[in-house]
Amino acid sequence: MMRRQSLFLASLLSPVTIYLGIFFIGPLAIIAVFSLLEPGLYGGVVWNFYHWNYGRMFGWADGVIEYYEPIYLKILWRSMMMAMFTVIACLIFVYPVTFWVSHLSQKRQMFFMFLITLPFFTSLIVRLYAWLMILKPSGIINDALLWIGIIDQPLDMIFTRFAVVLGMVYVMIPFMFLPVYASVERLDRSLIEASSDLGARGWQTFLKVILPQTLPGIAGGSVIVFIPSVGNFVIPDVLGGAKGLMIGNLVEQQFLDARNWPFGAALSMVIMTVVLTVMLIYALKIMRAGQNVGAS
Amino acid sequence: MQPILEIRDAVRVFKTPEGGAVRALDGVNLDVDANEFVTLLGPSGCGKTTLLRAIAGFEDLDDGQVRVDGADLRRVPAFRRPVNTVFQSYALFSHMSVARNVAYALEVAGVGKDERTRRAGELLELVGLEGMETRKPSQLSGGQKQRVALARALISQPKILLLDEPLSALDRQLRQQMQVELKNLQDEVGVSFVFVTHDQEEALTMSDRIVVMCDGRIEQTGTPREIYRKPKSRFVANFIGETNMIKVTFDGKGTATSVEGIILKVSEAAPAGRATAVLRPSDLTLSDSKNAPAHAILGKVRQEIYLGAELHYLIEADAGGEYWRVTAKDEGVGFHTGQSVALSYDPDVIHLIEGDA
Ligand SMILES: Nc1ncnc2c1ncn2[C@@H]1O[C@H](COP(=O)(O)OP(=O)(O)O)[C@@H](O)[C@H]1O
Ligand SMILES: [Mg+2]
Repeated sequence: MMRRQSLFLASLLSPVTIYLGIFFIGPLAIIAVFSLLEPGLYGGVVWNFYHWNYGRMFGWADGVIEYYEPIYLKILWRSMMMAMFTVIACLIFVYPVTFWVSHLSQKRQMFFMFLITLPFFTSLIVRLYAWLMILKPSGIINDALLWIGIIDQPLDMIFTRFAVVLGMVYVMIPFMFLPVYASVERLDRSLIEASSDLGARGWQTFLKVILPQTLPGIAGGSVIVFIPSVGNFVIPDVLGGAKGLMIGNLVEQQFLDARNWPFGAALSMVIMTVVLTVMLIYALKIMRAGQNVGAS
Repeated sequence: MQPILEIRDAVRVFKTPEGGAVRALDGVNLDVDANEFVTLLGPSGCGKTTLLRAIAGFEDLDDGQVRVDGADLRRVPAFRRPVNTVFQSYALFSHMSVARNVAYALEVAGVGKDERTRRAGELLELVGLEGMETRKPSQLSGGQKQRVALARALISQPKILLLDEPLSALDRQLRQQMQVELKNLQDEVGVSFVFVTHDQEEALTMSDRIVVMCDGRIEQTGTPREIYRKPKSRFVANFIGETNMIKVTFDGKGTATSVEGIILKVSEAAPAGRATAVLRPSDLTLSDSKNAPAHAILGKVRQEIYLGAELHYLIEADAGGEYWRVTAKDEGVGFHTGQSVALSYDPDVIHLIEGDA
């Protein structure tokens, strides 16, 4: 009986397992292996064990063939900061809006969801170039500000980290919206009434009931926004210029321009490890906080 | 003595999505005394929840007043009212431990940690949940959640506790147990309870006073016995348990005659004229028609339902009219369908509702 059940389960799960194995674990394993191989002269790899890829980042390069550069970790750090700002900005925009939307009638909620997903119907590149038009020195914002007379020199907005974060916030907002909205929508209104019934003022109810109850959505949205933001290279490519370079651009360059696959792979492994660790700590913290937020 | 809660001409009108208006409260007047257990009883949609929410401060009245200890609460927000609620869904904070749930009112009032722990312990003991402090609400049974909700609402010593159908989610046995416990608890803590239910049995079991509501208005207020024995309207008589209602003409001197010509002897004093006679099924006694007592109603058994301790009969009077409902104890001998029987009663138990309706 047990055997038959487990056989049945195995046959049910095997397509998923095979799919994940081939398309997920496989590439990951290749990257892990490549990161420890010698770069080929014109791209590709030479099958020799080669630890300098990591050495270049962490400081045990010999200075002859491979050079140690702290810039890689610096850019990783900077990318994580930019991703964090993106997460925070998305949250600040999205959180109040979800409450407003959850109070709308069913029909309007559907319409709003449609609006939120509307950007997905056009190409990301096109939308980013639209931002370029808006932010550039002779763009809409600068023109308007010059015309009003608030400034007499165009502002440097394009090709800055600010522009990159702005672009990422713009792109990521729907991803933050959906999980946060789901948790706000699920929030039991009688909990809010119970809280004020028991003597809590508005801000106490928010801190002690609403925030902790919607924390799972906030955590989920943060993770979903943070991860693709750290490794993003399209948005900094278009809006970032030299000042807005992110770690994703570095990986891209290693594979496409420098043709140093092993180093690109090593960079990717480091990004993944660091991001995973950060996310794990964040998730654990949030879960613990969920029980203690607002406790005094 | 001044009532602790006074509701004066409360009116609340809701707009329906179809563009109409529902008068959820349509001129409600109610006084509740200190330490009183008052039950709001009525069918679904009659405005019970709306009235509770108006007292708690979640619902504004379009007209009228809610006064607690003589003070008008119109401008007093929910969090400042000396009134707490036990919600139908319990509304426990799932992210907090049982102890923190119970002590919530103290926490937001800025009471110190030690005091909170001590008081939460006391309240949990009161509701029989000692030792459950660190559990999460999700780790409790329905009955236990109910008790936590009670303890949480009582910890700040409110003047009035509002309970909106708190037992409806429990199974029958637990519900009956909780009815007794709730009543005992109320005696112990000395807080006025305003309890909402649509279950007449529950209302009869627990209440000092029952308020029967219908369509946003109060139909009748009285002790359980008054409500059961002397309903003021057919609606109340119908709502509180099974009943026989016979349209009669009363001569004002102890004899009521039904449309079909059945004669009922009535001891109750009432003016002559049209009326409805109310007779509870358990007030009727069945006997064989051969030795029928005086003034008995003769008829035939149309249906018998065996319910263990009780037997329910439907009797068709020989004179016609609606079937009579009779409840009898199971004493070994029953009456079978088709048998000729006599219905007798004590003239003292017949109640007359004046009027045509
Ligand atoms: N927020 C609301 N909006 C519109 N109609 C409402 C609202 N709350 C209650 N009602 C209506 O008011 C009437 C009384 O409702 P309620 O007080 O919940 O009844 P009960 O608790 O006795 O079942 C019902 O007809 C209900 O549909
Ligand atoms: Mg209700």
